[in-house]
Amino acid sequence: MEKSRPLWDNPLQFVFACISYAVGLGNVWRFPYLCQMYGGGGFLIPYIIMLIVEGMPLLFLELAVGQHMRQGSIGAWKIISPYLSGVGIASVVVSFFLSMYYNVINAWAFWYLFHSFQDPLPWASCPLNSNHTGYDEECEKTSSTQYFWYRKTLNISPSIEENGNIQWEQAVCLILAWLLVYLCILRGTESTGKVVYITASLPYFVLIIYLIRGLTLHGAVNGLIYMFRPKIEQLANPKTWINAATQIFFSLGLGFGSLIAFASYNEPNNNCERHAIIISLINSSTSIFASIVTFSIYGFKATFNYENCISKAILLLTNYFDLEEGALTADNLDSMKDYLTSTYPNEYAALLPQIKNCSLEAELDTAVQGTGLAFIVYSEAIKNMEVSQLYSVLYFIMLLMLGIGSMLGNTAAILTPLTDSKFISTHLSKEMISGIVCFINCIVGLVFTMEAGNYWFDIFNDYAATLSLLLIVLVETIAVCYVYGLKRFEKDLHLMIGHKLNWYWKIMWAFASPVLIISLFVFYLTDYIRTGTLQYQAWDATQGQLVTKDYPSYALAVIGLLVAASTMCIPLGAFIIFIMKRLKRNVSTLE
Amino acid sequence: MLGVLLLVFSLVALAHAELCRPDAQNAFKVRLSIKTALGDNAYAWDASEEYLFKAMVAFAMRRYSNKETTQISNVLLCNMTERVSFWFVVTDSSKNVTTVPGSEVEAAIRMNRNRINSAFLLTDNTLQFLKISSTLSPPIEPTVPVWLIVFSVVLCLVGAGILFLVLSGIRQRRKNNNESAENGDLEDKCDTPVTTENGIPCDILDLKTGRINGVYTADDERFTPL
Repeated sequence: MEKSRPLWDNPLQFVFACISYAVGLGNVWRFPYLCQMYGGGGFLIPYIIMLIVEGMPLLFLELAVGQHMRQGSIGAWKIISPYLSGVGIASVVVSFFLSMYYNVINAWAFWYLFHSFQDPLPWASCPLNSNHTGYDEECEKTSSTQYFWYRKTLNISPSIEENGNIQWEQAVCLILAWLLVYLCILRGTESTGKVVYITASLPYFVLIIYLIRGLTLHGAVNGLIYMFRPKIEQLANPKTWINAATQIFFSLGLGFGSLIAFASYNEPNNNCERHAIIISLINSSTSIFASIVTFSIYGFKATFNYENCISKAILLLTNYFDLEEGALTADNLDSMKDYLTSTYPNEYAALLPQIKNCSLEAELDTAVQGTGLAFIVYSEAIKNMEVSQLYSVLYFIMLLMLGIGSMLGNTAAILTPLTDSKFISTHLSKEMISGIVCFINCIVGLVFTMEAGNYWFDIFNDYAATLSLLLIVLVETIAVCYVYGLKRFEKDLHLMIGHKLNWYWKIMWAFASPVLIISLFVFYLTDYIRTGTLQYQAWDATQGQLVTKDYPSYALAVIGLLVAASTMCIPLGAFIIFIMKRLKRNVSTLE
Repeated sequence: MLGVLLLVFSLVALAHAELCRPDAQNAFKVRLSIKTALGDNAYAWDASEEYLFKAMVAFAMRRYSNKETTQISNVLLCNMTERVSFWFVVTDSSKNVTTVPGSEVEAAIRMNRNRINSAFLLTDNTLQFLKISSTLSPPIEPTVPVWLIVFSVVLCLVGAGILFLVLSGIRQRRKNNNESAENGDLEDKCDTPVTTENGIPCDILDLKTGRINGVYTADDERFTPL
């Protein structure tokens, strides 16, 4: 008899763990961007369709596999067919890559959190230059929040070739982040189960507080109207549908093995069908909820910047023409501009290059995603609120909880197969295995704390998981439906959840989802091939903005390695098992 | 007599006009933003305020040079606009009809900037001397950066938590081992029940063949290959 497998204390812990894992930073920083780019309120239509067609079935599939096989990803796929152990290994490899770079985000969140305890916030104003006569040059060209992100936090180098030194401040924050993750996972489900209560629920409290605060901000309505105004013509754009599918796919965290790992700690008769529906619904509604908050913040920031721009223009004109204070207001600015053009045409023409045309639409149009949204746009909005320290602390704690929640899932995906393996678990205790994994990840993660680290981060973020996951989930679906047998799986599920499987799931698993994934896969490949050389955004300190550069050849090699390392595991695994069986057969026939 | 007086007067006025002009040598432009600074409490800029300004500049010159030669009449204002901006020069009373070098005026204003600002209830931003850049005060830096303090607190908490969990895990495992060595019986623990067979814990009967679930993996090996 085996040692009994650790279990979740109650099904609620399992649901919370999955929610905590699925609801991550992508819900906050990717979905609002997609919403803005692909049709505002209209984007919800493809999003919900994809949720029902792709998200729920695939999530149910993974949870069912994990709960039935009661093993981590490697063991589970080995049970389905020995030739598929490569799938499990590929999942572990992708999870490993993900955990290497994902915790750096938590390190940044810690950095900003620690800096939130100052008055005024350090990103609220530019630092002074060396002789104290003005502000720092780089900061003048860009804004103080961008300066704080690119210079004070990342200390970014001008290109990926210039590696620079390890930033010790970021390095210690990364070590702290890994220690925190270790603390949460070192006892396995016993400790993880308690931690996910906090990591799953705290972000919602903060989002509600921010929703109330955001909706009461001046100008928030502008952002909301802008976001929810549906641009139905975007529905005809294929990119809209592809991005909806991609977002659902990656947002649920399919294919990493984390869901299989979490489900493997369930009671055998847990109703994973109901849980799958609940988790996917909660994940999507959190995305929509977070985008409401984000857009009210956007609206506030855009209105604030717009009004600032107008005030600057007013001040410039007032000073240049020595008009009475208060003669120019936001309302009469345009008519006064015409008056000045006619009365002093020469002087006005000389001044013209300096006057920027202020437009609220242009401010709202600046769609940002990723770390730019989370760390620059939000901190810019926060610094203009009253009691900014409180909101800043709340916001970065929320980011931390979201990030740690996802990290728990990632590390579970790596550790569950390792602790399931008899060889490793007899020699090392659970704490030792967790410690070694955290330590290795931390050391590799120090690469991302170098001056060029953010560029490597972007490489990992864009390429480490995208193609490989699509392939992994495709193989998973085909394996369950056709290799293991849909009828057999249906019978197992009937035993587990107690009622007959709905025909909807069967159709989705057998036809719809594989077709969808194949089309996504084909689209990505053609997109990569069509764009030719890959490019990245580098920060130019002299101009104070991002410029596009080409990746050097060794960076392209790393990208290729990342993709190959995980995808090749699948055929390699099958091949090796085939060879081993061949050898064993030869040995046994010889005897 | 009257004619001579008029001539002298016009000459002086002309000289003053020559000395105080926009972009004249040693002249500085001043810009006040009273309504921006004070809002509803803004005062109107009139001749008395100009007199105060002249007095403050004269005071600054006196403080800087430590001679008590500068008079209010030495400070000339011109080109007053509605913005409330104007130019001023400081003439040298000892030498006839010349202006004090701009560097001296600049140094004097810099030294007494705070006094001048407070006389008008304004700040460096709202009372601007356009060619005189103000020295910005750097923010107060505490000796230990605040973030390090918070970081150390969190680090200690996390470290203590890890230590506690690891030590308690080791202690529990040692207790498990001791008790199972003493009794050799089945003991129901919350997380890791040790199952036995004939009174021997199964962990000792750790045979490979006995622990792999052969149902699935050995499926194809039970049948003779074709």
